[in-house]
Amino acid sequence: MAVAKGAPKRGALLSIKIPRGRGASLGFYIARRILWLIPVLLFVITITFFLAHLAPGSPWDKAGGRQLSAPVVANLNSKYGLDQPLAVQYIKYLLNVTHMDFGLSYQYQNHTVMSIILESWPITAINGALAFLLIVPFGIGIGIVAALRQNTWVDFLAVGFSTFGASVPNLIIGILLIIVFSVGAYRVTGGNVFLPTGGFGLDDHLILPVITLAILPIAFIARLTRSSTLEVLRQDYVRTAWAKGLKERLVVMKHVLKNSLIPVVSALGPTFAYLVTGSVIVESVFAIPGVGRTVVVAVQSRDYPLILASTILFALVIAIANLIVDLLYVVIDPRVRLS
Amino acid sequence: MAAPAVALEQIDWENPEQVGLWKDAWQRFRRNPIAVLGLIIIALLVLMALIAPLLVGLHVIKDPLEQDVVNSYASFSLKDPLGTDYLGRDLLSRVMYGARISLSLGILVQLVYLVIGGAFGLVAGYFGGQIDNLLMRFVDVWYAFPDLLFLLVVVSVLPPSLLTLFLALGIVGWVDLARLIRGQTLSIKEKEYVEGARAAGSSPLKIILKHLLPNTLGPIIVSLTFGIPRVIFLEAVLSYLGVGIRPPTPSWGVMLQDGYQAIFSYPHQVFIPAVAIAITMLSFSFIGDGLRDALDPRMRR
Repeated sequence: MAVAKGAPKRGALLSIKIPRGRGASLGFYIARRILWLIPVLLFVITITFFLAHLAPGSPWDKAGGRQLSAPVVANLNSKYGLDQPLAVQYIKYLLNVTHMDFGLSYQYQNHTVMSIILESWPITAINGALAFLLIVPFGIGIGIVAALRQNTWVDFLAVGFSTFGASVPNLIIGILLIIVFSVGAYRVTGGNVFLPTGGFGLDDHLILPVITLAILPIAFIARLTRSSTLEVLRQDYVRTAWAKGLKERLVVMKHVLKNSLIPVVSALGPTFAYLVTGSVIVESVFAIPGVGRTVVVAVQSRDYPLILASTILFALVIAIANLIVDLLYVVIDPRVRLS
Repeated sequence: MAAPAVALEQIDWENPEQVGLWKDAWQRFRRNPIAVLGLIIIALLVLMALIAPLLVGLHVIKDPLEQDVVNSYASFSLKDPLGTDYLGRDLLSRVMYGARISLSLGILVQLVYLVIGGAFGLVAGYFGGQIDNLLMRFVDVWYAFPDLLFLLVVVSVLPPSLLTLFLALGIVGWVDLARLIRGQTLSIKEKEYVEGARAAGSSPLKIILKHLLPNTLGPIIVSLTFGIPRVIFLEAVLSYLGVGIRPPTPSWGVMLQDGYQAIFSYPHQVFIPAVAIAITMLSFSFIGDGLRDALDPRMRR
């Protein structure tokens, strides 16, 4: 029998030894993905560095009023290495970054950028982690319940919520929550019961910021879970599971969830990225002294070393989160090919 | 074989009912009440933005910059329907002028996305090979850059102006569109009907205009529709943080910032721009969802 030119040889599919081949290629894949972080970070550093250093004016310009005298500016320039050629500064910066030295802050003099970030990072991480703990159960739960009760009022409510949550930005949600639960509650209860509008503490200070941060990803994941669950519910094997008389709980747990949650895992990457960039907005609205707030203050006061370092940190966290999520995806879905 | 035979007989082969792409899409869009609601709201907003200067000229509403400090933080009244801000400026007039900035920025920035994303996507998808590889690696690297951070850096570095904001917003958001257009170009240029058209002697220009364009346009329009609220949101965030549009220009972000200062005493100050932004973004999402369903050929009956 003549085989058409270009058609795969018979048995070609069978010759792939899945366990060994996949393990080896997984290692190769991880190595390549980690190496890929280098050009990404280099790009981020380079763009941010040159944008910051080519900006008109010097970091010592004061907005209106008296300017610093020339000798003071010269001293500051030499303290921060700004008197050297740009190329030299750039190379030095890159070398310093390789051992986690991000220089001194312009704004908080005599504080290293690293110490400022280390101080504010845990606050952002706590808010992000708590939001994540809300996102996964609520997002998936709402999505599954909506799919199982398709076209009932439960479903309409869930779809309505997820459309609202995915469309109205966290900035607005945060402000509306403050109006209702801080200002409104304060007025209604005469100042007895209300939620704080700002600051950080391991108490009721966490409630509004964490909810604000979590609503968009919950809405997004609920939407995704609902549509992927609806698709799985139509599969033959689910019908078989119903037909053989399994209880709803068993059908959902054993047959539906395993498959319908696969696409949801891929949404966790963007979720992490959002938790990081979302912190910029949420921490500004609620005056939380985390990394996001630090970035905004650094931008407002043109504290370039701090801007650079936080941008690098954010890019790194997002890249690593994406890497972990992609690996998770490879592990749970055997159909994924590593190309 | 019986079932299809019956169905085939019902088709009037001599006079097939011809419904054009756009007419068909519009018919399906019209049947979606939520999408139509979104369209009506946006049409009203556009109208409001367009006639705002006219109304100021006719003294129907006040000038958005006219201060009346004695009458600051006023509540709803006949003179100032939505009240006044901390300088006694009329909030209704400021919301209407804010719509001008938000809507024009939202729509114009999509043109920048279309130009940059379209160029990257078309070149990468059409030529393929090494060019595709190189361009898409660049897109991947760009994608890793957190967009809000990049925006903050750019607007803090460049002198503050509407043009700066426009350019900064334009260069951050085009990546998704580049990926989309590349994917569309790649898949469509291999389709049989394109090959058929080529075999029948159509010129490349005719193929692009008659076959490639209508078939890529749907997803692109949907993507751009969802891009508008994203830009409106980013403008509001940057202005709220004090690095976007600068006071006294009436933008919704600036109004959020002004109102937020007085949130405890006069919550309606911040509530008004917040609701304006929320309604606008929701309406654009409704339209985007409606367009996606209407333009997706797989949904066609």
